[in-house]
Amino acid sequence: MKLSDAPQAASTDVVTTLLTGAEIVCHAMKAEGVEFVFGYPGGAVLVIYDEIHKQSHFKHILVRHEQAAVHAADAYARATGRPGVALVTSGPGVTNAVTGIATAYMDSIPMVIITGQVPTYAIGQDAFQECDTVGITRPCVKHNFLVKDVGELAETIKKAFFIATTGRPGPVVVDIPKDVSMASAPFHYPSTVDMRSYRPTNKGHGGQIKKAMQMLLSAERPMVYVGGGAILGDASEQVTTLVKMLGYPCTNTLMGLGAYPSTDRQFVGMLGMHGTVEANMAMQNCDVLIAIGARFDDRVIGNPTHFNAGNPTRKIIHIDIDPSSISKRVKVDVPIVGNIKDVLDEMIAQIKSAEQKPNGIAAWWKQIEEWRAKDCLKFKQSDTIIKPQYVVQKLWEVTKGDAFVTSDVGQHQMWAAQYYGFDKPRRWINSGGLGTMGVGLPYAMGCKFAFPDADVACITGEGSIQMNIQELSTCKQYDLPIKVILLNNRYLGMVRQWQDFFHGNRHAESYMDALPDFVKLAEAYGHVGMKIEKPGDVEGALKEAFALKKRLVFMDFLTDQKENVFPMVPGGKGISEMILAEDL
Amino acid sequence: MRHILSLLLENEAGALSRVAGLFSARGYNIESLTVAPTEDATLSRMTIVTTGSDDVIEQITKQVNKLIDVVKIVDLNEGRHVERELMLVKLRAVGKDREELKRTADIFRGRIIDLTEKTYVIELTGAGDKLDAFLEAIDPSLILEAVRTGACGLGRGEWIVKA
Repeated sequence: MKLSDAPQAASTDVVTTLLTGAEIVCHAMKAEGVEFVFGYPGGAVLVIYDEIHKQSHFKHILVRHEQAAVHAADAYARATGRPGVALVTSGPGVTNAVTGIATAYMDSIPMVIITGQVPTYAIGQDAFQECDTVGITRPCVKHNFLVKDVGELAETIKKAFFIATTGRPGPVVVDIPKDVSMASAPFHYPSTVDMRSYRPTNKGHGGQIKKAMQMLLSAERPMVYVGGGAILGDASEQVTTLVKMLGYPCTNTLMGLGAYPSTDRQFVGMLGMHGTVEANMAMQNCDVLIAIGARFDDRVIGNPTHFNAGNPTRKIIHIDIDPSSISKRVKVDVPIVGNIKDVLDEMIAQIKSAEQKPNGIAAWWKQIEEWRAKDCLKFKQSDTIIKPQYVVQKLWEVTKGDAFVTSDVGQHQMWAAQYYGFDKPRRWINSGGLGTMGVGLPYAMGCKFAFPDADVACITGEGSIQMNIQELSTCKQYDLPIKVILLNNRYLGMVRQWQDFFHGNRHAESYMDALPDFVKLAEAYGHVGMKIEKPGDVEGALKEAFALKKRLVFMDFLTDQKENVFPMVPGGKGISEMILAEDL
Repeated sequence: MRHILSLLLENEAGALSRVAGLFSARGYNIESLTVAPTEDATLSRMTIVTTGSDDVIEQITKQVNKLIDVVKIVDLNEGRHVERELMLVKLRAVGKDREELKRTADIFRGRIIDLTEKTYVIELTGAGDKLDAFLEAIDPSLILEAVRTGACGLGRGEWIVKA
């Protein structure tokens, strides 16, 4: 039967129409309002693909490698807030997808990944393209299912979307054996599910919120520290309102960029290993710290012992939807488990109604301005050689700070984070937790599908881009006019930087020899290639590229090979122990 | 410090490996782990004996609770509780040892549940240190093999762990 003939999923409780497992998958996607399924066909999912071919409710995007399917779906979720969906076959389809799944898991991205499996009767027989999908993915998913009975398929998919998108979000894998896709069952897609073993806490504890507000309002050296949770929880409006009302300094983590507008004066820059002096020093020296959807990870606060010992009287308030994120690396004084948006709304209401107003903190701001005056992100411009930071600055200008910017992993990622001022949430798409090279191009694809009229730039390096370069072909097939900003320094730059700092300048395997001619490569895939070698050409080239609204432009910027990312906190050190460019 | 954690989890395929995998992935200790379905066939009850500082135990509890299949986790050390472990031990029982082993088993309230001309199998329940004490009381050369279930426990009195 055709999909359009089928009864509406949620309209009635009694649906007796028999559907095959493959049809159920398609109907479930329709019921969930899925727009795009990113995938790659293969033996175990042929039946599902046959059904996809017959329907028109969602579009299937054929990538060139399963890893890219998961990354693209992941970016779609990051950019829109809706769950991303990927579909891959059994065995190698799954193992290729694992990097994408682990990447999404580390950054708590809501996703449903449908995987084909060999028929139930062949499971455990070392069948062709068999692997233990549930076993392999278990440590890098929020949850996973192996569906052995077609009668349970619809409810399982509903559970998968429910689990992926509620509480602390994350990827959920649904493994479907081929005979389950082929078997039939009455179709009933539940509108809600209730699981006794899964009931995330959403509402913050009133008493704790009150306690936090008292602490916050009486602070003399307060600091607001906002992570990716604020973006995932769509609480950036609340963050901005609260910080404005308080008049306190605010920092965003790498994952939190855009949660509070970067161009606002109260923003002290990103913090962490490559954070600004003012952000890191304020973090270290504040008397009351409020952490909002952040997890004090090693790249953010450095060494936790140093963080505590340097300021043992600092009081910490921590709002997070995941109780296990609280007091994991740093002991917290006032934990608040709940949905960030609701907790902040409650805080804002309390400030509005309260007699007590926030402390004047002029002395603290004076101190912060002194740190800010160090101008730690300044770099020496050159007339002859392109500085990577300059390219990002110009990109920000040319796109008026309004593009979706994806990145890969390494120096270029840090420069993108430092020099592209993100004023809106969900505009900065990168792999913060797992640090996966190769995400940039598929991330840009996911953004472009979600927002076809927006400018999408992929800031990348010559190492990272080659990890998923085959996706240039996908970009051609679907006419995705992405702008690839390659900061090409002929080195695995971050590796080279660490080798210079900590391994006696020995460049073990970090020089990228035998690079392709990226202009010709882009042209071979049917795109526009540009090579930019002089600082004077940067702005003009960017303008020219973004004016080509309908074409993917691959811009190969030959950048300074010796440039390093500053400030830098060496691994294992405290966050106030920064190395600055001027120190060297 | 030693803690005894009691869990209720969905009696689903793979639930055990989710819990065990979490412990190995995050570097937590497992001294013993025992699991079986309960009076409600949809639920399994698991008892894990682990060691760690209070902070580590707090993290273990939170991380385990986060697993979708886990309905409830309770640290039995937070209240008064009873715990028992079962051991089966096969002993070489010949000559003068035969009578002596029987006497020792009686003292520990063990029961002989299998015997041959040369061997006894003794069943013994108790807290872990009682089982240790029994093994220490026997000449090691007479112990042929032993198997222990690991501890299981319940809160005392009205303290009940329910779904």
